[in-house]
Amino acid sequence: MTRRLSHHVTGWLLVLPAMAFLALFTHWPALATFVDSFWSTPKGKRPARFVGPDNYQHMLSDPVFWKAAWNNLIFALGTVPLSIALALLMAVWVNDRLKGQTALRMAYFTPTILPMIAVANIWLFFFTPSYGLLDQIRGLFGAQPWPWLGSDQTALFCVIVVAVWKEAGFFMIFYLAALQQIPPTLAEAASLEGASRWTYFRRVQWPLLMPTTLFVFVNAAINAFRMVDHVFVLTHGGPDNATTLLLYYIYEVGFKFWDTAYAAALTVVLLVVLALIAAIQFGVIERRAHYR
Amino acid sequence: MDRRQFIGGAGAIGLGAATAGASSLALAQAASEISFFYPVAVGGPITKLIDAYAADFQKEASVAVKPIYAGSYQETIVKALTAHKAGNPPVTSVLLSTDMFTLIDEDAIVPIDDFVKTDDDKAWLKSFYPAFMQNSQTGGKTWGVPFQRSTVVLYWNKEAFKEAGLDPEKPPRTWAEQVEFAQKLTKRDASGNVTQWGIQIPSSGFPYWLFQGLTTQADAILMNAAGNEVALDAPGVVEALQYWIDLAQKHKVHPPGVTEWGTTPKDFFERKIAMMWTTTGNLTNVRTNAKFPFGVAMLPSGKKPGSPTGGGNFYIFKKAKPAEQEAAFKFIKWITTPERAAKWGADTGYVAVRPDAWETPAMKDYVAGFPQAAVARDQLKHAVAEFSTHDNQRVTKVFNDALQAAITGAKPPAVALKEAQTEAMRILKDYK
Repeated sequence: MTRRLSHHVTGWLLVLPAMAFLALFTHWPALATFVDSFWSTPKGKRPARFVGPDNYQHMLSDPVFWKAAWNNLIFALGTVPLSIALALLMAVWVNDRLKGQTALRMAYFTPTILPMIAVANIWLFFFTPSYGLLDQIRGLFGAQPWPWLGSDQTALFCVIVVAVWKEAGFFMIFYLAALQQIPPTLAEAASLEGASRWTYFRRVQWPLLMPTTLFVFVNAAINAFRMVDHVFVLTHGGPDNATTLLLYYIYEVGFKFWDTAYAAALTVVLLVVLALIAAIQFGVIERRAHYR
Repeated sequence: MDRRQFIGGAGAIGLGAATAGASSLALAQAASEISFFYPVAVGGPITKLIDAYAADFQKEASVAVKPIYAGSYQETIVKALTAHKAGNPPVTSVLLSTDMFTLIDEDAIVPIDDFVKTDDDKAWLKSFYPAFMQNSQTGGKTWGVPFQRSTVVLYWNKEAFKEAGLDPEKPPRTWAEQVEFAQKLTKRDASGNVTQWGIQIPSSGFPYWLFQGLTTQADAILMNAAGNEVALDAPGVVEALQYWIDLAQKHKVHPPGVTEWGTTPKDFFERKIAMMWTTTGNLTNVRTNAKFPFGVAMLPSGKKPGSPTGGGNFYIFKKAKPAEQEAAFKFIKWITTPERAAKWGADTGYVAVRPDAWETPAMKDYVAGFPQAAVARDQLKHAVAEFSTHDNQRVTKVFNDALQAAITGAKPPAVALKEAQTEAMRILKDYK
């Protein structure tokens, strides 16, 4: 009996440091944010007072919030499928034996190891009108220069492109690892049966990659709501909020306007959105993923 | 991020907080050391200048000023205000002059007047250019001391002027001339693509600042001195915005859409634009990188000449100990003597903040060798306070969004400004 007890105590002691950090830096701030969202912002000598759902009501009538939410939806719909498809394509491509495959894998992975701020600064010059890389190439075909980041029609699209470019290489690594786990006997069996390359991918590789796809999908979806570093460099959310994403808006409200209560309410909404995404993904898709 | 990474990161933060706490403890024991948040990224020539000032001051006054390089203006105020809220602010910091109302509303700073006791102190406080003091005073009190201040000026490429048949020594003096010159300076290739634009007034990030040049020239004043009323839809403001938009859409001498502030000097060096509006703070940058002779001029006049001021002031934080605040005041007074203000201006390109600094031998030599440096000074008599109100960044954002909406063509200027006015006054109603 004492032995079993001490076993339990040891176990709890072992997880205690991790639990303490998790509680201190994740659970407690989340809870505090939730509570703060029902209070007003303390300003100087005016302390916070309880305002109930006021912050949430304000959110409903805040056009910038709706714009940010809509932008974020487009950003997610743009980045998630594109980066996953690109990652899969690159992984299948560099999985085959070909000359210089290490160099190729490195090239695909490079964007991931670069800091986002540096990446964004490079892309800033790609997008520069007239002498930026993009316009120089288009100029060869006689096209007019275009203010890529300065137009509300293309700015969000540019922000999506940078995010996909940054993420695809990272997801490729997961797919590559998963592809190498697939036993070569399956490929041999498939070729004996006379299966085409496409059939082999669709009937063998793709189903076996499903757990990886789920993992990558969850990550990509979460990143779509978490990745805003490049917005700071490329557009500052402009022009006229065309590239304002939810997290960027939270930063603005919290650390530029110092309206911490409203920022807390926005954060709660973002947390709920993320929780919903995770629930749907694990509830619906996991059942269809094939684990060995 | 997996959990292990997370714990590692959290541990590092915890450790960082612990050391920060320990150093603040040491600070509280002796007023012979004061912390000083300065807005610049680590490294570079400016940090060397600031370090040298701190070392010199320590020799003279035996107070160690500890500069903490905190990143951009925005990052610095975030750090200073969060530290203030945690009860452990820096003793002094250089922050944007426009953040004055925000700092007052957060009850974060003390008036400079509290430390002004002797006649010498009083004379010192009166020695700055009045244009700079407009952004440093409200409600009869002085809250900030001008330090690294700037205005907007026009840079022009003399070679491009010559090629276009213009007198390379004569910049545009009026709005009409500005359009006329820009038309001559805009070059198109055989297929009609523009290879060189006449002029660029950047509109990313903080378009309100450059726009305030135009509104001042249109004889419109955007806000009151108490910072609780704005006039964003006055006729002069609409007229100014229409002029800006017409440069691109009607006259086609300005690149379309929102133009990037950060790459504007580069556009100028690359000869993609022949004239640009930007801060005097870019003077040293242009001097180093322009491969052609260039001129610097006051902004052209509409109904009258005009430009906003800009840049950073010294503030003293409320929660610092009285002895530390006194030491900070001494440092601020020391670093803004005529000689040091002159040296700082010559070393950085900022406008020396007091008239007598321009009478020092060092400054006279500098201006004799580089007359462009005096343009910003001469423009000061036409300068107005930079747009600043209570809840400053929120009101400014509403204004910026309206300007960008008009520039991208999403809304007509009058409509965009009318909406901005309504929203700004709604935000400001709590400060009446």
